[in-house]
Amino acid sequence: MFFREAGQFKTSYNEYLQAFPLREDRIGIAIWIALAVFYVPFFGLPGLEYTFAMNAIMIPVAIFTITALGLNILVGFTGQISLGTGAFMGVGAYACYKLTTYFPDVNIIIIILASGFVSAAVGALFGLPSLRIKGFYLIVATLAAQFFLEWCFIRVEWLYNYNPSGAIEVPQREVFGIIVTGAAASPATRYLVVLGILIFLTIIAGNLVRGRVGRSWMMIRDMDIAAELIGVRPLRAKLSAFAVSSYYCGVSGALMVFLWLGAAEVESFDVNHSFLYLFMVIFGGLGSITGSYMGAAFIWTFPILLKELGKRVFDIDSIVMENVSLVAIGVLIVFILIKEPHGLARLWQLGKQKLRIWPFAH
Amino acid sequence: MFKKLITGALSAAIAFGASYTVVHADDELYIPMLSYRTGPFGGNGTPFANGFHDYLAMLNTRDGGIGGAKLVMEECETAYNAQKGVECYEATKGKGALVYNPLSTGITLQLIPKSPVDKIPVLQMGYGLSAAAMGETFPWTFAYPTSYWSQMSSILKYIDMNGGLKGKKIGFIYLDVGYGREPIPLLEQLAPEMGFELAMFPVAGKEMQAQSAQWLNVRKERPDWMIMWGWGAMNATAVKEAAKTRYPLDRFIGNWWSGAHADLVPVGEAGKGYIAANFSGIGTDFPALQDVIKHVVDAGKSQADPSTVGNVLYNRGLYNAVLVSEAIRAAQKLTGKTKIDGTDMRLGLENFVLDQARLAEIGLPGFTGDVKGDCKDHEGAGGVFMQQWNGSDWEKITDPISPMTDVVQPLLAAAAEAYKADKPEWKGQTCG
Repeated sequence: MFFREAGQFKTSYNEYLQAFPLREDRIGIAIWIALAVFYVPFFGLPGLEYTFAMNAIMIPVAIFTITALGLNILVGFTGQISLGTGAFMGVGAYACYKLTTYFPDVNIIIIILASGFVSAAVGALFGLPSLRIKGFYLIVATLAAQFFLEWCFIRVEWLYNYNPSGAIEVPQREVFGIIVTGAAASPATRYLVVLGILIFLTIIAGNLVRGRVGRSWMMIRDMDIAAELIGVRPLRAKLSAFAVSSYYCGVSGALMVFLWLGAAEVESFDVNHSFLYLFMVIFGGLGSITGSYMGAAFIWTFPILLKELGKRVFDIDSIVMENVSLVAIGVLIVFILIKEPHGLARLWQLGKQKLRIWPFAH
Repeated sequence: MFKKLITGALSAAIAFGASYTVVHADDELYIPMLSYRTGPFGGNGTPFANGFHDYLAMLNTRDGGIGGAKLVMEECETAYNAQKGVECYEATKGKGALVYNPLSTGITLQLIPKSPVDKIPVLQMGYGLSAAAMGETFPWTFAYPTSYWSQMSSILKYIDMNGGLKGKKIGFIYLDVGYGREPIPLLEQLAPEMGFELAMFPVAGKEMQAQSAQWLNVRKERPDWMIMWGWGAMNATAVKEAAKTRYPLDRFIGNWWSGAHADLVPVGEAGKGYIAANFSGIGTDFPALQDVIKHVVDAGKSQADPSTVGNVLYNRGLYNAVLVSEAIRAAQKLTGKTKIDGTDMRLGLENFVLDQARLAEIGLPGFTGDVKGDCKDHEGAGGVFMQQWNGSDWEKITDPISPMTDVVQPLLAAAAEAYKADKPEWKGQTCG
């Protein structure tokens, strides 16, 4: 009824090519961004305590959305399955830690964005086998990357400055006089920094996948031989996908340690986390930017909200709820994959479609 | 499908909105429990959590709490996962949390910088950052009764007492993560000083249950004594392998996380003679434990299997609760308030005295060595004793062995300095 394109005429190519051709979509996105920027940092989420809402939900969700975006570029857009996400995040985190110990006075946000490049280089290196091997074999190769990098995080003591506990601890850093990292940083500051980087990286990802590079990724995904025949270079396309994907993962890893956890050991980057990120991408929707947002938000908040619900409404203790949420998330993944293999993003699209023709059924 | 989804989401939202926030009454003391009953180490976390919970629950039923204030325990499951630990911390800190026992080194490291900001002390009992023993650098973190480095020095002392260290070869088998590698600097420093030779046997986390390679090396190197820094499934495997390679088990010493019932029961008779360090009494032969059984376990208020009450990890959890309750008492006495907050709790943790007289008073005579809260020394000068597996149960074989403070102290100070070094904003304290 109110959500339809009737009456919206495009009068230039630029209008025709814009990311959100529907006016209602643009308004919707603006409302979401306004809520995220002007409401959440000051009031948190309704029904939840402020610092809990910020530190346990909003900040991690924003960080994991960057991870999901990165992994989606690789898995969803290019069709190269990777189980090394956790380790690539680790590369970003350790790189950021080393860079900021060497250059303590450089703006930490620049360092975080720069540490993504280290991760991108490592990602491209481990992406090399993808030129020769596909499918299951590539999964094994990325799994090897995961284990090798985990080993490095434990054994190469230089990476954590020879700390006897083997962990990296985040120093306090200020940007323009505002404390951004460390325990003294306010949740609102940290959230806004993460959100800023997330929006920036989303715009880049959105434009990348719409443009020449993104189309070459999708061609490789859909049929690599055909793509090669019409002039897409697999070397360039696959390696650029690995590099860009790892860049996103690296930045999110640095953000995770510096703006959320505050300290990290190798177990924050283990293979279980790699699986979690893959769930986010598959659950949200392969090959969809919106899906990355939805998948990250759902996989991360579902167990937390379920736990809160169990505690508040049914007075069940947290151990039982922990097990319940493990079961529930497993069942949900299977259920969604059967009912809607394209994930939450597809559900969202269907919902919009229904809204457009409402109140009619067809 | 669509309608159902929307109704489902809406009803969940309504149920959530209709919920309430807990506000604790004036006469309640809120203690969050970051426990882990699930996950890879759930088998070890469960008895610890039970012991901790049951002692405080016993104080509630027997004495009506502490100083007239009821204790409210809220368990939050971390699954030994650092990210879930943060979530638990955020979910509970706003409710007036007195002290955090993070029960995981990974979570502790995250909480140490947060504690001065939120003004809630962290008690890392037998894990965490060794350097936290330096009270002047870490005003909000407490490492009672002793740290890993002190423990290692006590173990070396025990070896020295049983045939001397000089000219001997000491093998060190450890879980190859931060935790296992922590005592290496101490060993490397002490080896030339005390005249022993060192052989290292790292065990990677993923190979915890496949140690035949390491034990082949042990056989080749023939160390006179073996020391183990293990955890979880690694312990039982190591003792089994040691027995298989005919290594004399009474010369094989585990640290306090390598000597629980859960570790040795699966080994059984084959593990006879194996020694481990410990700092909390074994068994139920204490009046306080009898009270716990009477008021909590038999009353059906505990999640513990009655046969596990009195086990090493159960009693360690109970000891942790004893430290917390003694600190609360000290804080109440010093401030004159019944309902204390995190800052008062810190004061209590720096001023409680748990000597043999006090232990007897609370029904735990001879349960552990003396521990004394102190502003400067957040380790409390406690020590470990040795226990030996007799094939079916642990037996205490020594009195508490005090650590070599003169050796450990400079190392702790250096580590504390290193922690501060890249944190110019870090605030310590000056002790009177």
